[in-house]
Amino acid sequence: MDLSSINWLLLLASLMVAATPILLAAIGELVVEKAGVLNLGVEGMMIMGAVCGFIIAVETGSAPLGFVAAAAGGALLSMLFGVLTQFLMSNQVATGLALTLFGLGLSALMGQGYIGIKAPGIGKLDLGPLSDLPVLGTILFRHDAMVYVSIAIVIAVWAFLKFTRGGLILRAVGESHDAAHALGYNVIRVRLMAIAFGGGCAGLGGAYLSLVRVPSWTEGMTAGAGWIALAIVVFASWKAGRIIVGAYLFGGITVLQLNLQAAGAKIPVEVLSMSPYLITIIVLVVISADRKRAAHNAPADLGKSFHASH
Amino acid sequence: MIWLEKRPAPSRTWSAASPIVAVFLTLIAGGIMFAILGKNPFEALRTIFWDPLFHEQFASFSRPQLLVKAGPLILIAIGLSFGFRAGIWNIGAEGQYIMGAIVGAAVGLALYPSESVLIFPLMVVAGALGGWAWAMIPGLLKVRFGTNEILVSLMLVYVAENILASAAVGWLKNPDGAGFPGSRNLSQWEASANPELIAGTGAHWGVMAAVIAVVFAYVVFTKHILGFHIRLSGEAPRAARFAGVNPNLLVLVCLGLSGALAGLAGLFEVTGPAGQIGIDFNVGYGFTAIIVAFLGRLHPIGILLAGLLMALTYIGGELASFMLSIPGAAIQAFQGMLLFFLLGVDVATHYRVRFGRKGVA
Amino acid sequence: MSQTPLLDLSGLRKAYPGVVANDDVTFAIQPGEVHALLGENGAGKSTLVKMIYGLVRPDAGTMMLNGTPFAPPEPRAARAAGVAMVFQHFSLFEALSVAENVALGMENPPKPSALAARITEVSNTYGLPLDPNRRVGDLSAGERQRVEIIRCLLQDPRLLIMDEPTSVLTPQEVDILFATLRKLRAEGTAILYISHKLEEIRSLCDAATILRLGKVVARCNPREKTASELAELMVGTSLKPPKSGGAAPGDIILKAQDLSMPSASAFGTPLRNISFELRRGEVLGIGGVAGNGQDELLMALSGERKLPQGSLYFEGEDIGTRPADMRRRIGVLSAPEERLGHAAAPNMSLTENAALTAARRQGMLSRGFVNWGAAKGFAEKVIGAFDVRTPGPGVAARALSGGNLQKFVIGREVMQAPEVLIVNQPTWGVDAAAAAFIRQSMLDLAAKGTGVVVISQDLDELMEISDRFAALNEGRLSAEVPTGDLTMEKIGLMLGGAQTTAMEQA
Repeated sequence: MDLSSINWLLLLASLMVAATPILLAAIGELVVEKAGVLNLGVEGMMIMGAVCGFIIAVETGSAPLGFVAAAAGGALLSMLFGVLTQFLMSNQVATGLALTLFGLGLSALMGQGYIGIKAPGIGKLDLGPLSDLPVLGTILFRHDAMVYVSIAIVIAVWAFLKFTRGGLILRAVGESHDAAHALGYNVIRVRLMAIAFGGGCAGLGGAYLSLVRVPSWTEGMTAGAGWIALAIVVFASWKAGRIIVGAYLFGGITVLQLNLQAAGAKIPVEVLSMSPYLITIIVLVVISADRKRAAHNAPADLGKSFHASH
Repeated sequence: MIWLEKRPAPSRTWSAASPIVAVFLTLIAGGIMFAILGKNPFEALRTIFWDPLFHEQFASFSRPQLLVKAGPLILIAIGLSFGFRAGIWNIGAEGQYIMGAIVGAAVGLALYPSESVLIFPLMVVAGALGGWAWAMIPGLLKVRFGTNEILVSLMLVYVAENILASAAVGWLKNPDGAGFPGSRNLSQWEASANPELIAGTGAHWGVMAAVIAVVFAYVVFTKHILGFHIRLSGEAPRAARFAGVNPNLLVLVCLGLSGALAGLAGLFEVTGPAGQIGIDFNVGYGFTAIIVAFLGRLHPIGILLAGLLMALTYIGGELASFMLSIPGAAIQAFQGMLLFFLLGVDVATHYRVRFGRKGVA
Repeated sequence: MSQTPLLDLSGLRKAYPGVVANDDVTFAIQPGEVHALLGENGAGKSTLVKMIYGLVRPDAGTMMLNGTPFAPPEPRAARAAGVAMVFQHFSLFEALSVAENVALGMENPPKPSALAARITEVSNTYGLPLDPNRRVGDLSAGERQRVEIIRCLLQDPRLLIMDEPTSVLTPQEVDILFATLRKLRAEGTAILYISHKLEEIRSLCDAATILRLGKVVARCNPREKTASELAELMVGTSLKPPKSGGAAPGDIILKAQDLSMPSASAFGTPLRNISFELRRGEVLGIGGVAGNGQDELLMALSGERKLPQGSLYFEGEDIGTRPADMRRRIGVLSAPEERLGHAAAPNMSLTENAALTAARRQGMLSRGFVNWGAAKGFAEKVIGAFDVRTPGPGVAARALSGGNLQKFVIGREVMQAPEVLIVNQPTWGVDAAAAAFIRQSMLDLAAKGTGVVVISQDLDELMEISDRFAALNEGRLSAEVPTGDLTMEKIGLMLGGAQTTAMEQA
């Protein structure tokens, strides 16, 4: 193996690109879970975003429009989950799984005519002198706009949850929907909005895969990214700031294993390609081993159905 | 205004009727989907649900396929129903299916070219153990560290797929295969073959195992204290602990059982219909079985019927793809839709739908 | 009175499927009045206050606030009109801070720093000190109630609704609360005080409205009535207090020795060095304010949680490491507080719920196979013997009323002829007739030689049925004292954790 053939600077730069889809999906799911809802359909919403974004971007020739469509597609699909779990009181685990299975099927169907096409590019942002900085310029400041948008979303979510009344209400609903209801808050409305936001973010993450990272459409191209996003929410102990850490850590591993494959490492390809999943498992184990802390941070009513009786 | 009112007790009628209503609604929605795809919806639905069984030309080929496809679905779904009833979510059956096939095949191939009659039984045991062991990973991690079994079992699917790939192109590759990926053909090696037992039905040993599993699950759920404890754990976890159920033990039993059954399904597939370990050996039975389990209301008889229905959509889908060039993905979306409708209709089991003014603001 | 009433209710009606919760309820609350709303569990008190607070809309009838029509569509509207409510089951968020909890109950909360200052100020004014930055999950039940009260007071309410406020307080804390409420009354705030504790009402309230089965059956000045007169108005008939069999206690049957157990959840209470002895034929009452380790103690004794060796003995045998079903086999039975979800599975039938604890002891199992016929027979036996009102054993547990399900749950254990029975809150949320029945059944059991442990937050209940009393405070258990020697004041000290000094003096 020739490690010197790996350009570590580019590796760090591509880390941010590799992490962005998961970062977007995970921050969306964080909001959903903070509201007390467990949506296991992230994978399905991501791939819907990937296919919607790709189709619109190809048809209109505009990648930004593609991203808008992706967010809309993800949010729309998430509303299916929202209606089923919030109004029809269906089991959240089962419905989330259904969302993933359905999303994979529907996206494959929608993307039939788009296999093998190249997506219109999104272009790098020119951050002027920042981009020209040595080392840091390459790593941090020569990316496309979505990389920065994703970070901005994380910061916005953090500030929203910490400082605003809306964020407080959202957290309250996730902690105890009965108490929130008793105080007169509309639990279902809050949760539906959170679910839609989560769907939109997952859609953006999916579109980032099909429009920037790959960039083309193939069936099932998310390859578990949505599930990893779910794992990162657990890793982050439901804290927005740590989502960035988790996503970039994961992005780093992905990029590193791809680089090792390219560099012809002596490790079998299969071992390298399974490594992100194995490492996710290990991280989950480490996080949940500290049981008390894990339980402390999880929203108390996560995954429970709410029905206002009398 | 429409609102829901909790029933004093779950409705038995709706519990049984909701899958039928869901299937009906899915047929309508599916018809609309086919119409949007520019196909005649009635022709499409007939091709999927009628022709595989009764078409004069194709039925003779596709009818046996019904049991071939239903066997693994039912076997896996029965296993899953144990955990799902207890609120233990093994969604990595696909991975356990793969590992069962690999371990079983590896044990068999290690003894190639012996003709001992013990080889097939040995492979069956190894297949079950392979799936069991793979399911024990999320089980033990959950028991020991409280790790979420949903995420771990799912991640292990991707790991298993990579192991499958490495087996197919590497350590299980057929040495006489002229360099093509894939293992020796197990269905053509008499000692390991899982043949059709009754000509023209498609019933192989896996189908027999599925039938046995259905009976076994039925007895456990209705008559045995284990089944009672499983249901109790799903309904009221605290009450289960109060009754003396050890939740950790239950996690291991449920995950182990579902893993072993998924592993068995994989073994019967690789020695029968699939014939060999190849890169594209797994076709998603482990995931579709989740739909089968729910559609069957986690009830053994329900799962039997749901498995047959799902198998029908598989072979009908293939037929529709061949005859009407309806893409295979449409069938996948169709299956997902079915699960959605079921979950939606299910509300009627626990709630009464009311119209009019509601008292609660 | 010529004064316009603060709140005037007339002809309020609210029906739910199968039950009329309120029927033609009419009464008025004057400004600056402490008005008691009295009634048994299920009399319709909660529904009535939910209508006033905007959580439930009446089917018929009108409400007037200060002479203007009042029909709040949601709690916010009620709060804006000056109606505040302290809930029986706290409407608090454990993972959030005191200040955040208060902010959630206000329409336009000030900035966090200003709010924290206001909380400190108001809480000190009313003698309810509270740190705004603490996490609510770490507070005691009494402190949590303060959060609720402060949340209300910050909005200068004209009417404060309090739903069973003293059920979670020690006698000393009750005194503090009453001082606060009297101060509020002096400032002109009206209080609607819901309770079934008659002595409290007699000492605090200016007027009382009594509800029975959703209807107003009496209005009176509680100071002019005796507690038993009020009780009779509330229940409709006079109830006889339970009779003890009067058997002399026998040998020690259950013994806890330095029993410690860590808490299972983040906000739970660990048990610390609990020791007690229980004799055959006696009732040991364990009192304590909610959240001081009652649930944990029941789980430790029932076998739901395993204990280290040498901490629990049954007839001299170490049973701490045995799981629940092994303890049942030798006759150590129990009934936890939470009926739905802990003692019984809500969606399962009474037959199945009978098998839940009785399967092994009643011989319903052979080689692991359940004899459902035997389970049904046993369920029917319990239903018959304990007068459980239900169409039959096939009915789901959640379809039963609280009192009937509690009778079933207690009956299920009593009918298995336990050697030791441990119950937690046996009559919580149960109507008076059922409560009396349950208490009598435990006394009868003790008379037959069973050792009974009653964990309860209802001190009157413990005084009535227990031979000896011990108090649970932050997971520690005081020494046991014969009930006859106790005064309310001494109990209050024991509950507050001052038991050792109090005992030494005694």
